[in-house]
Amino acid sequence: MADMLSLRGVDKVFATGAQALGGLDLDVREGEFLSLLGPSGCGKSTALRMIAGLSQPTRGSMEWRAGRPEIGFVFQDAVLMPWANVFDNVWLPLRLTGQSRAQSAVRIEAALELVGLDGFAKAYPRELSGGMKMRVSIARAMVLRPALLLMDEPFAALDEITRLKLNNDLLRLKQELGATVVFVTHSVFESVYLSSRIAVFSARPGRVVAEIEVDAPLPRDDDFRLTPLYGHACKEASDALHKAMGEA
Amino acid sequence: MRRSFADYALPLLVFLAMIGLWEALVRINDIPPYVLPSPSLIGVTLVKDWGTLSGSLLVTLQITFQALLAATVGGVALAILFARSRWIERSFFPFAVVLQVTPIVAIAPLLLVYLDANTAVLVCAFLVAFFPILSNMALGLASADHNLIDLFELYKASRWKQLILLRLPAALPYFLGGLRIAGGLALIGAIVAEIAAGSAGQGAGLAYRIVEAGYRLNIPRMFAALVLISASGILIYLVFTLLSYVLLSRWHDSARERGL
Repeated sequence: MADMLSLRGVDKVFATGAQALGGLDLDVREGEFLSLLGPSGCGKSTALRMIAGLSQPTRGSMEWRAGRPEIGFVFQDAVLMPWANVFDNVWLPLRLTGQSRAQSAVRIEAALELVGLDGFAKAYPRELSGGMKMRVSIARAMVLRPALLLMDEPFAALDEITRLKLNNDLLRLKQELGATVVFVTHSVFESVYLSSRIAVFSARPGRVVAEIEVDAPLPRDDDFRLTPLYGHACKEASDALHKAMGEA
Repeated sequence: MRRSFADYALPLLVFLAMIGLWEALVRINDIPPYVLPSPSLIGVTLVKDWGTLSGSLLVTLQITFQALLAATVGGVALAILFARSRWIERSFFPFAVVLQVTPIVAIAPLLLVYLDANTAVLVCAFLVAFFPILSNMALGLASADHNLIDLFELYKASRWKQLILLRLPAALPYFLGGLRIAGGLALIGAIVAEIAAGSAGQGAGLAYRIVEAGYRLNIPRMFAALVLISASGILIYLVFTLLSYVLLSRWHDSARERGL
């Protein structure tokens, strides 16, 4: 797989003097599902924001191989506009590129169907459960059919059952859209289940200290959790994570 | 939450009982009307003097709403300007604070020197209504979800679109809260300024009627004018509370009925 994006020797120092990233080397490959795994405060979210263009490196280089692609972003919370219904929330990216409501209707309906929310277009965010809000958020990120989907611990606040369900839906979505996904998480099991590759972060300053390939084809289903390969990968990721946290 | 009949009936009964007590005290003790008029006499005066009082009520309400409109336009516009530039905010916010903390009663005589009476009253009412709208609106514009701001940036939205689609809707609950306060304050500002102007023999609002009736020891009419001012204040508050409910009930927690 070809590299889509290369970060080399990237430092990020905030105005407060806090250093979030130090000497980060990271490649994102075309079509992969890459997880950034690490303890809280290790700069993985900062790295994701940098890829999104919401934050600039203090030092180091960031290069897109074929230009910056269309990017979708999903936050830890659903981050919906509470005053707008589901339809209008998903419309937002299209609206900001100048598409009218009527022009967008078909794509919005398609995006909602993709995340299993057809029939909820008229609902307001507060009428939805946490999992459904996250689905709206994913539909919004998907509606422009981005080549790169960035997700910042999107399922961290959800209950276990909803989370497992959304994990499977996400793998199916990625397959249908053929997008590259970069997924920030602090869960070893989630990262192994979802990813084709895991970059383990160490804190203070944040950098990649280990990379783990998970050699099982995508998409996967719950049976994957019972395979030796899953167990091995979890052990490997867990060890790397402990080492990164200075415990091993 | 369903309101039962008792929720409404009890406050109403207590209110009527207090009025009844007032009426009884005046009658039993034979208090003369130039000391304390009975509620029934105030009611009669209200009807009898309606021709004079209604005209004054209209004048006061006109001033109140003109001032409120000017304060809304000015406060919202300035808040948007503040949101665009920190530099402007830092430079001009102190002026707004100075105007806010200086009692309007102290400014009114000065304004009466510079302006004609009607304009001075309007400016006073505007000054007191302006600050709550400005400060609430500024707070509202700044309180838009930072993640949503990031999202707008990700999609390269212009600042104009960010304002229209994100910051203004996010500020709406704050603005409506400010408007509710400003509505009452505009009325107070108008009354205070009218009293200042009225004592100089000008103006025709409700406050002027109070001052005038006071000179003539027409105490029932003073009370009647007072009732109209209170009723206006309550009405203004109710109108804006209703407006908040209509605009926010679909999405904002402040207008949401809590399920038990």
